[in-house]
Amino acid sequence: MRTKHSFGYQLRHSIIPYALLGAGGLVFLFPFFWLVLTSLKTPEDIFRLPIVFFPEKFQWSNYTTALKAIPFFHYVGNTLLLCAINIVGQLFSAPLVAYSLAKIQWRGRNLVFAIIVGTMILPPQVMMIPTYILFSKLGWINTYLPLTIGSFFGAPFFIFLLRQFYMGIPKELSEASKIDGASEFRIYWQMMLPQLVPILATIVLFTFVGTWTDFLGPLLYLNDSNKWTLMLGLQGFLQEHGAQWELLMAAAALSTIPMLILFFFGQKYFMRAGSTMTGFK
Amino acid sequence: MNTSRKSFLTGFLFASPWIIGFLVLGLFPFVMSFYYSMTDYDLFQPPKWVGLDNYIAIFQDENFYKSLKNTLFMAFIAVPINLIACLLVALMLNMKVKGIAIFRTVFYLPSVIPAVAGAMLWSWILNPQYGLLNIILRALGLPDPSWLTDPAFTKPSLILMGFWGAGAGALIFLAALQGVPRMFHEAAEIDGANAWDRFRHITLPALSPVTLFQLIMGLIGAFQIFTESFILMGGSNGGPDQSMLFYAVNVYQEAFSFLHMGYASALAWVLFVIVVLITIVIFKTSMRWVYYGGE
Repeated sequence: MRTKHSFGYQLRHSIIPYALLGAGGLVFLFPFFWLVLTSLKTPEDIFRLPIVFFPEKFQWSNYTTALKAIPFFHYVGNTLLLCAINIVGQLFSAPLVAYSLAKIQWRGRNLVFAIIVGTMILPPQVMMIPTYILFSKLGWINTYLPLTIGSFFGAPFFIFLLRQFYMGIPKELSEASKIDGASEFRIYWQMMLPQLVPILATIVLFTFVGTWTDFLGPLLYLNDSNKWTLMLGLQGFLQEHGAQWELLMAAAALSTIPMLILFFFGQKYFMRAGSTMTGFK
Repeated sequence: MNTSRKSFLTGFLFASPWIIGFLVLGLFPFVMSFYYSMTDYDLFQPPKWVGLDNYIAIFQDENFYKSLKNTLFMAFIAVPINLIACLLVALMLNMKVKGIAIFRTVFYLPSVIPAVAGAMLWSWILNPQYGLLNIILRALGLPDPSWLTDPAFTKPSLILMGFWGAGAGALIFLAALQGVPRMFHEAAEIDGANAWDRFRHITLPALSPVTLFQLIMGLIGAFQIFTESFILMGGSNGGPDQSMLFYAVNVYQEAFSFLHMGYASALAWVLFVIVVLITIVIFKTSMRWVYYGGE
């Protein structure tokens, strides 16, 4: 049975909320529509006033033109390679380091944790120049080493996130196995890691997104356009085809699709990191 | 071997990836950067010792003041404005209606767009003649500024773009909002507090720790603004009247366009001191306005 609510109640509990959310949602979605609509117009329609909202005929050929104008899939391949290496690196090191900070009592761990939190606040520009000089002395400019080596040392943010997570796993679990004579590494590998799978998924997603969208790193280290990532390629495309908005928007849309797919399938993992951070005091 | 020594070795071993990384890619460059800041260095000739000359030159450099002013504008005007926007979106997304999850997705969506693609899209939307925004503004009879070519409007353009990305910050506020016990609100309602009083005296204090966190993250982010300026202005030139010359852009330009590695290192060190000072001041003053439950 449904109860009938007064108009005033409905106004406060459904009409006003939906009106606000709907209007706000439209404003937030509109740039996406505009991106897609522009990418499907002819150059003449783009520069026509009064504005043409919907093109008479969708120019799907803009997408094939954009894919041919730059070696799009080559850039995607380069970027995917970097993503894969960085994911392996983070998965190897971040859980290991976080485990020692959360589950092993040792002198110095508080100092290590303090420095890790400190480096989260340090502006990367302070390290950018000396690190660049170091890598250039090692002859690593124009290689993928500067863009991947850091992952194998563990990102402070992930270590922090994982540590929070480990803290929530009851002590009794590992204590019991220790009495049974299990080594620390076996406890880590067989008991802890399986419980971490959801947060590891978060780390995989964040590493992928971080590597895919990174611009400054590749800009500093990759001169040879054959080695460019997709974001560098996009920027190069923008500089060459400054006013061909239909092609630029097509390329921008294509470069965004993997992010949207990841987001739709991994939403809860994205949100999890957000809520873990609120526990930060 | 006694147990504390054994556990030290195990702990150290587990943490060693980070420790090695910190020594090689953290501490070593950090110390070297201080040395480079006292030299004249172009990557090709060996560094030449110049003492404090770079630091003296910074304080006579017009670009330094310009980039600092632009960055402080973003840090202390744009970031608070953006935080308010995030909070408003969070309050909207905290309403108890059916299908709210879909709206949360919609508002978060812009945050997953790569910065390069997002900046390209906005440079089209903000196009003075054919851009969507000015077409709407003209239709409403409002002024239509040349967003990205008028020095007075470049930074407001960034604020506008920031609104679009407010969903990410809003979700962090939202998680905190949902942590506020309902009984506080109910008790206050019984005592006759209206919606504004409850927001002011229950919600805001409860949100203060997460606000502090977002404020600090936002400030740190403001000192790193780079990609947007680089894409929108077509390089590290700083745009019209250098209104988009931010601190990080200036460091990049000195180091990699002019190969003034020593001078740029000194700039980076000044930045480091500024960020540390601002963080300390905010933490100190935060004791007056941040409320931690259960303490």
